[in-house]
Amino acid sequence: MPTETTTAPATVPEPRAARRRGPAAAVLIAETRLFLREPGSLFWILAFPSVLLVILGFIPAFDEARDDLGGRRVIDLYVPISILLAMITAGIQAMPPVLTAYRERGILRRMSTTPVRSSALLSAQILLHGAACLGSALLVTAVGRIGYSVPLPEQLPGYLLALLLAVAAALTLGATLCALSRTTKAVTAVGSGAYLVMMFTAGVYLPVQALPDALRRIVEITPFGAASQALEQAASGSWPGWIHLGILALWTVVLGIAAARLFRWQ
Amino acid sequence: MAIIEVTGVRKTYAGRDVVDGVSFSVDEGEIFGILGPNGAGKTTTVECVEGLRIPDAGTVRVAGLDPVADHDRVTRLLGAQLQESELQAKLTVREALELYAAFYPAPVDWRPLADRLGLTDRLSTRFAKLSGGQKQRLFIALALIGDPKVVVLDELTTGLDPRARRDTWKLIEEIRDGGVTVLLVTHFMEEAQRLCDRIAVIDRGKVVALDTPAGLIRRATGSTVISFAPSRALTGPDLTRLTALPGVASVTPPDREGELALHGTDETFTPFVALLAELGVTALRLRITETSLDEAFLDLTGQDA
Repeated sequence: MPTETTTAPATVPEPRAARRRGPAAAVLIAETRLFLREPGSLFWILAFPSVLLVILGFIPAFDEARDDLGGRRVIDLYVPISILLAMITAGIQAMPPVLTAYRERGILRRMSTTPVRSSALLSAQILLHGAACLGSALLVTAVGRIGYSVPLPEQLPGYLLALLLAVAAALTLGATLCALSRTTKAVTAVGSGAYLVMMFTAGVYLPVQALPDALRRIVEITPFGAASQALEQAASGSWPGWIHLGILALWTVVLGIAAARLFRWQ
Repeated sequence: MAIIEVTGVRKTYAGRDVVDGVSFSVDEGEIFGILGPNGAGKTTTVECVEGLRIPDAGTVRVAGLDPVADHDRVTRLLGAQLQESELQAKLTVREALELYAAFYPAPVDWRPLADRLGLTDRLSTRFAKLSGGQKQRLFIALALIGDPKVVVLDELTTGLDPRARRDTWKLIEEIRDGGVTVLLVTHFMEEAQRLCDRIAVIDRGKVVALDTPAGLIRRATGSTVISFAPSRALTGPDLTRLTALPGVASVTPPDREGELALHGTDETFTPFVALLAELGVTALRLRITETSLDEAFLDLTGQDA
């Protein structure tokens, strides 16, 4: 029954009518095209983390099993770390300038005079950067597995949960930076500073697991320190500690609320 | 029937009344102009109509709907071209048209629209690579793409060359002939005079006059200008008597050609002729003209030329 209930006189439907999409879907498609036109962002999010892993794999010492790491190699640790690097790049370096520019240049304003909500634009950007992170995660995992025989995560559901929470934290952090900065210039400057700090807490310079105890406990409170620990635990077979997952979730909620409260549309 | 009703709208920023009790109503099918000097509150007023700003006091209705509370429904009826806005730099013209068409339940076909606005050979060009005039035309297209009943155009011909400006004026007349009501913000007198059925002159946040372009001109003091060169030099007492004629607001002293100008009203002419006869003076190169809307505007907003 549900089909063919057309009551209108037989007007020949235009061929385009069949392809008519909802406004939010149209925004997502347009933003995807635009995202694919940014070679810089694509390289640093999708390719660079894998490239980094390949380079680190050439260091002979990283290939040795170490007792202080529970028999794991340093290169094994760098798989989740490279994934976190992709998230930090997407959330802090790539997305905030795009969102601030949309506000600064009146693109959100123009859109809010149409029936589509300008939040559709923000959601599309968050979704795209999140998808790019997960794509990069897949790539890094494949490169680690094929190139350096890094075992796949043993506790897969726990690993995925930690991964999703980390992406959410990275993107809400980016959205908060954007909410706090009035201009694209400012958000780029703030983002660069935050980028270096976040890379350290994620363990890009030195894995969190290899940090001295006191420092590690501090780093574990930060979103990417907690993410690093959660991912590492899931990779080596145990369910990630609830404390780490809890910290990640808490950051996401707090940053999400802050971003939503503070974001200026104009 | 009024399709836009603005009643007692007030908007204050940092203790300053940017819009101070503005009221007007726009009839369906009308081209209604909002004219005023920079910073007079024109844009803030129309932003209240577009639902982009919430008035501190007063009401705004578009087809009986509140642009803030019924934002969704108003956006379906109202197309807007904003004074300062851009699109995503790498979005092409075709993509922009398709994207904005997808926002509306019953959009017009963008192809003939792009054609009418001379954008057909720019469809694959990215927004950032368009010239100022092309961007402006694209924004006009986007304002019309949802098949609106009302379009609000804010400073639409700013940045266009005279040719493109005239083409745009023709387009606006076509839009109106298609049954769309046009609310036009401008500071170009020529544009207002050519296009508008009625004009609200806004100055310092208040409507100082609301009339047809011809009505505004009549309203200005000294709207009838009588210029002539006297056949002999006029003496001081002669000039005093000229100035004292009914309706005379001012007398411009003789220029290099010896021509002087009386700014008066319709009541000035007959006594003027009688006075010349009495003085035995012939008016050479006599012309009677209307003051321009430019001057009427300066007079109404109390600005000096």
